[in-house]
Amino acid sequence: MADEQIDLMAHLMRRVGVGATRDELEVLAARPYEEVVEDLIHPERFVDEDLDALDRYFPSSRSNDTPTVWAGRWLYHLVNSRRPLRHKMALFWHHVFATGWFKSEHGPSIVEQIDTFRENGLSNLRQILLDLSRDPAMIYWLDNCENQATAINENYGRELLELFSMGIGHYTETDIKMAARAFTGWTFEQPIPLYPFGGYPSKFVYRADLHDGGEKTFLGQTGNFDGEDIVDIIVQQDACARFIARHLYNYFVADEPQVPAWSVTPPQDPAAIETLVAAYRDSDADIRSVMRALLNAEFFKRARFKRVKSPAELVAGVVKLSGALTFPNPLAVRMATATELMGQKLMDPPSVEGWHTGKEWIDGGTLTERVNFAVGQVSDPKRPGVQAIVRRLAADGEPLAPEVFVQRCLDLAGPLAVGEDTRAALNELAAEAGPLTLAGNGADGAGARRVARMLSLIVAAPEYQFC
Amino acid sequence: MTAQTKDPVLVVIQLSGGLDFMNTLIPFTSGEYYDARPTVAVAGDQTLPLNESLGWHPAAAALKELYDAGNVAVVQGIGYEHSSRSHFRAMDIWHTCEPNAIATEGWLAHVTRELDPRGENPLTAVSFGRGLPRALAAPGVTATSIGDLDQFGLMTNVEAADERTRDLELFKRMYTPGVGTAIVRNYLANTGQGVLKGADVLREVPGKYQSDVEYANNPIARALRDVARVHTARVGTRVFYTQHAGYDYHSQQPLMHQRLLRELTEAINDFMRDLRAHDAAEEVTILVFTEFGRRIKDNGSGTDHGSGGGAYIIGDLVEGGLYAEYPSVAPRDWLYGEDLRHTIDFRGIYGTVLEQWMGIEPTAIVRGSFEQIRPYRRTLVGG
Repeated sequence: MADEQIDLMAHLMRRVGVGATRDELEVLAARPYEEVVEDLIHPERFVDEDLDALDRYFPSSRSNDTPTVWAGRWLYHLVNSRRPLRHKMALFWHHVFATGWFKSEHGPSIVEQIDTFRENGLSNLRQILLDLSRDPAMIYWLDNCENQATAINENYGRELLELFSMGIGHYTETDIKMAARAFTGWTFEQPIPLYPFGGYPSKFVYRADLHDGGEKTFLGQTGNFDGEDIVDIIVQQDACARFIARHLYNYFVADEPQVPAWSVTPPQDPAAIETLVAAYRDSDADIRSVMRALLNAEFFKRARFKRVKSPAELVAGVVKLSGALTFPNPLAVRMATATELMGQKLMDPPSVEGWHTGKEWIDGGTLTERVNFAVGQVSDPKRPGVQAIVRRLAADGEPLAPEVFVQRCLDLAGPLAVGEDTRAALNELAAEAGPLTLAGNGADGAGARRVARMLSLIVAAPEYQFC
Repeated sequence: MTAQTKDPVLVVIQLSGGLDFMNTLIPFTSGEYYDARPTVAVAGDQTLPLNESLGWHPAAAALKELYDAGNVAVVQGIGYEHSSRSHFRAMDIWHTCEPNAIATEGWLAHVTRELDPRGENPLTAVSFGRGLPRALAAPGVTATSIGDLDQFGLMTNVEAADERTRDLELFKRMYTPGVGTAIVRNYLANTGQGVLKGADVLREVPGKYQSDVEYANNPIARALRDVARVHTARVGTRVFYTQHAGYDYHSQQPLMHQRLLRELTEAINDFMRDLRAHDAAEEVTILVFTEFGRRIKDNGSGTDHGSGGGAYIIGDLVEGGLYAEYPSVAPRDWLYGEDLRHTIDFRGIYGTVLEQWMGIEPTAIVRGSFEQIRPYRRTLVGG
């Protein structure tokens, strides 16, 4: 199979999910690229058939009281799902609409919010913002439950405009106050109060008695607006189209400076943003259509290794490589703990701003965590993913010259492109023990151990930090 | 032999979310304060008075103890023109000293560069907790962020010692900083090199530390204990950074404020006692800051984002007392009809600490000349 097709498919799968195994890549690369994209942006064509197995074989993963446990399920899906974009879009919207558990300590509502992102993540932005405005976890997080006609709390109104839809510079302080007034009375109730905050998700309620039904002027339009009207006006704004386009570009194409900089820093690829904005307009804010345009665009196909992996992407990606979680087991939760140590506690971002991404994921401490976790995954030659690579190397015909051994490992673990320094270091390691032989030496024989050590160095390499 | 010269050290504590200054140092004789805050106001008889008109919040008793001993300079009304009400923007401004444009280089990264121009010691600046704050980020500056001090290092799960040694050599080779390589790639390489150097030193730290001070088990107490462990090990760290989160109390403020303030002030008190017991207190200044104060009026449960907060400079060589002016609580003076008006610019306070305590010319770092205060009895840099 042509290497370019494998490379392109590996790139696509790293972005819509956390990568793919070599076996999966070979199947995908045999199909037309655009057809694969259609399947990816239509997750309803597939099921997460392993849910049942998760519940039965790993019952403690059903606790939705603790974000770390539920985040383990999320990471499990990122590793195994046949519809990875469903789970990746949820991660995308979680980055944008960052809601922390630590304020409410109410797991069920946070879990339900992420499920909502899974369900609506590829739908119309109008729907997405409406669902968000009615989401109890968000309502509590940004205090809209305290936003009443007689006592305006502008927290949600402000962040809806600043962080969720348009960005600073496209509205006034008055617009914030008007938006806040329109969302008065949008609150929630707790139907089954098991203990102070309940063991069940909260439910959205609209309290007409708390709503300010008066006239409001918002972004130049005047009327007795409710929250729905505010969302309608927002999604029609050019600023909103651009805001979403830049978010999608930053998340799926290439690292950019983050939201606070957008009012002053132009996009690195203005034409790409125009393409996405056009797709947004032509489809009347349909995110699936924008994603179709993005994934099929040349600027996307070219943008290989232009993003620093988020902790979730790094952790789930290397576990996919190691094959250690093809069946439910507690590693799922250990993965969630690992992402926390790398600065990304899923379902519990540090603030409504979300995480600082790109190179800001990396510092001395988090690089240490990333390298150590990744090495820990592939340093055991008995891991199924390592064994699969050993089998393919053995099938190449032995012995393998040291430099061929290195290149084949890079190929099978990615394919991963590396610079001169990394290649020189890997070649040095390979040369120390001469040509590689694998036959007849068992799952953890000397040959397999050499492969595991080579893979350990590969996932420790600087190039592995990118996707 | 004369006493060993000690280099001044700065410990920064960031309070994330916006500490309510008015409810930390309470103007208990002001009727306007009680009118504005029917829900969250603290009754005068509950405060711990420090003069005839101001009292500490009762949960700040441990800080009052330090204040009464003359070790706390309270900077009243700290802020800047057109204070941002966005957490992110505000925090960025405090981290970069740039209120009028988006900047990405941190003030403490520039300090680190001054202290260690050739980047010889990756432990010159150390941050505890996940992720490096923007204050410590700038191209070419290496700062170390420590998630877990007790287990720090690379390739720790390679069991065979000789293999691990060889793997670390190869790691070093892979992380070669290059001329002309992409910025992020080069940043990654420098970070990798820093980890290798720092890990060798930090491995020895936990074993060197012994203390009779029992810190509480909460994030800020653990973080300050870690600062004490590294500082007393004398590994050349000049800037420490820690964070204490959760101050964004739009609702249910009284309980949250009380818990956080107690955790914070008790941790600081324990930390100072610990340093003194190790004869390691004199050279340390603590700077406590938050991104903004809260709105003057409460919202029926908590307070919204405001301006005009407070900062605290703490240390054994500090000349304790109140600095700058407490912002006027009279409604006619309210900024935009709802906020405290700041009385001193935060960049002047950074400048104070840099110039007077650290002996570093601050103008370039804080991007201008700003009014300073005089919060030190004596300093180690000849002041």
